[in-house]
Amino acid sequence: MISVLTPTGTLGYGFDAQALARGMRFEPDVIAVDAGSTDPGPAYLGSAEPLCSRRVVKGEIAQLLRSARGAGIPLVIGSAGGSGRGELVDWTADIVREVAREQGHRIRLARIYADISRERVEWALARGEVEDFEAGFAVTRETLDDTTAIVAQMGWEPIAEALDAGAHVVVAGRACDDLAIAAYPIAAGADIGLATHMGKILECGAFSAEPFAMDVMLGFLHDDHFVLEPGSLGRRASLKSVAAHSLYERENPFLQRGPGGSVDLSGCRFETEGERRVRVSGARFLEDSVYRVKLEGAGLKGYRTLCMAGIRCPTMIERLDELLENARRKTVEHFAPDVVTPSFRVYGRNGVMAELEPTPRNGGAHELGLLMDVTAATQELARAACHFLSGHLLHVAWPGQVNTSGNLAFPYSPSDIDAGAVYEFTIYHLMTAESPTELFPIHYDDV
Amino acid sequence: MSETRTLAELAAIIRSKNAGPFRLTFDILFDDERAFLTVVTANVISRDTMAALFGIDRAQISSIHVLPEGLAIKVTLIRPRAQCAAGETDVYGCQQHVPLMNLSVPLAGNYAPTRG
Repeated sequence: MISVLTPTGTLGYGFDAQALARGMRFEPDVIAVDAGSTDPGPAYLGSAEPLCSRRVVKGEIAQLLRSARGAGIPLVIGSAGGSGRGELVDWTADIVREVAREQGHRIRLARIYADISRERVEWALARGEVEDFEAGFAVTRETLDDTTAIVAQMGWEPIAEALDAGAHVVVAGRACDDLAIAAYPIAAGADIGLATHMGKILECGAFSAEPFAMDVMLGFLHDDHFVLEPGSLGRRASLKSVAAHSLYERENPFLQRGPGGSVDLSGCRFETEGERRVRVSGARFLEDSVYRVKLEGAGLKGYRTLCMAGIRCPTMIERLDELLENARRKTVEHFAPDVVTPSFRVYGRNGVMAELEPTPRNGGAHELGLLMDVTAATQELARAACHFLSGHLLHVAWPGQVNTSGNLAFPYSPSDIDAGAVYEFTIYHLMTAESPTELFPIHYDDV
Repeated sequence: MSETRTLAELAAIIRSKNAGPFRLTFDILFDDERAFLTVVTANVISRDTMAALFGIDRAQISSIHVLPEGLAIKVTLIRPRAQCAAGETDVYGCQQHVPLMNLSVPLAGNYAPTRG
């Protein structure tokens, strides 16, 4: 039996100290946690900014390292810093070193990088070894021109190699969430399908328990099944909570694709074991004939300045679409030939669902929230255009206007706020790798 | 004329979420097998009804899965725009579920559930 403790769904999102203490009493073989994914958006990959603050992440690493060293077990952190870019592997490793020094531990630290060079992707393109995953477009040289950063999702193999080399702490760059959790059990000889399925459920921490939360979850992996139990006695794993989680954030509930293969979940069985545990069996690993990894790329699209305002006058609300379209056009024309791209979200109407909103527009709102923004090649240009746009709407006139002193209620001064660099996903594709470890160099230091 | 309930009255959980940056997935989870079967038999969740509900083309419905073991129905759309592409309104895609809550489901026979 191999047991894994996952403290939370994302390193930096918190867990209960007592739940960790209780979980550690089960004497897990490893503490494994992931620190991110693409879910917070492409900006974290493009900018290499950490998803969570250093202060919060350090606080959690301090608790996890103390627990891991106290029990003499390894600590694995996947998708370091959020996007798993190299800068964030270094950022996380720096925190681990600092905590190790403060707590007086001597550790072997492994850093695994998942950054992929443009040249490596070009080489793969030339060999026809890049294919679309779900992006709906092909990667070309132009795509690469527009791409700021590329990472690949590593599988369990590089992490297992670092553990085999005696690493006490593994800080991995972008890693498949499930496999960062499953790496230790697979390295210890567990069934890949079962371990990956267990990793898939554990990677969100106690999100698979009820009541759900970012909290401690444990997995106990046997030869032909695994058992899940939350760390906190205030939670339980139930058939409903575990089954619901099997659907979460994914399209196909029966097939989980990952580096090197897929896990077939169509034959899975879920059974309760006592009050707080669920037993899961039946996952099967289907190895791909070619080892492929998922690439994630983000590109800089410009800089954004935004402005928020409230609109209360019914004479403006009733002709808002026309006023916004005129303001957009005038702003674009004023700054031409420089390109500025204004956009609007109208809260109280369709600010949340945009084109998917089924509620008719003339719903009779007494007040609307207007979020304006402009994206342009430089921050200065975005700010200038956003001020032009909001200034135009502030003072624009229309027939039947009652109040001629100003149309927008701004909550702030300055009313235009620089929002910084704007990134978009440019790559979400599969690339063939020569081996599971080829793309993911490992560095060790003894701290 | 048959009686109807909204999907929110029949399901325990109705939620939306990104499934990667290019997909938006909806989970409809039931506590009660009869409520689940009522919705499945009424055939209110199909490519046609979902396309009409969200005002999109059928081709934008990526998949629909019905899971009797899990008392769940899963609908996945191709996101109207890639996550964080120009015009983004919901980075996590977690507030797109409300049209499903309001979906009208005809009840069969004398079944008249109340929300538990």
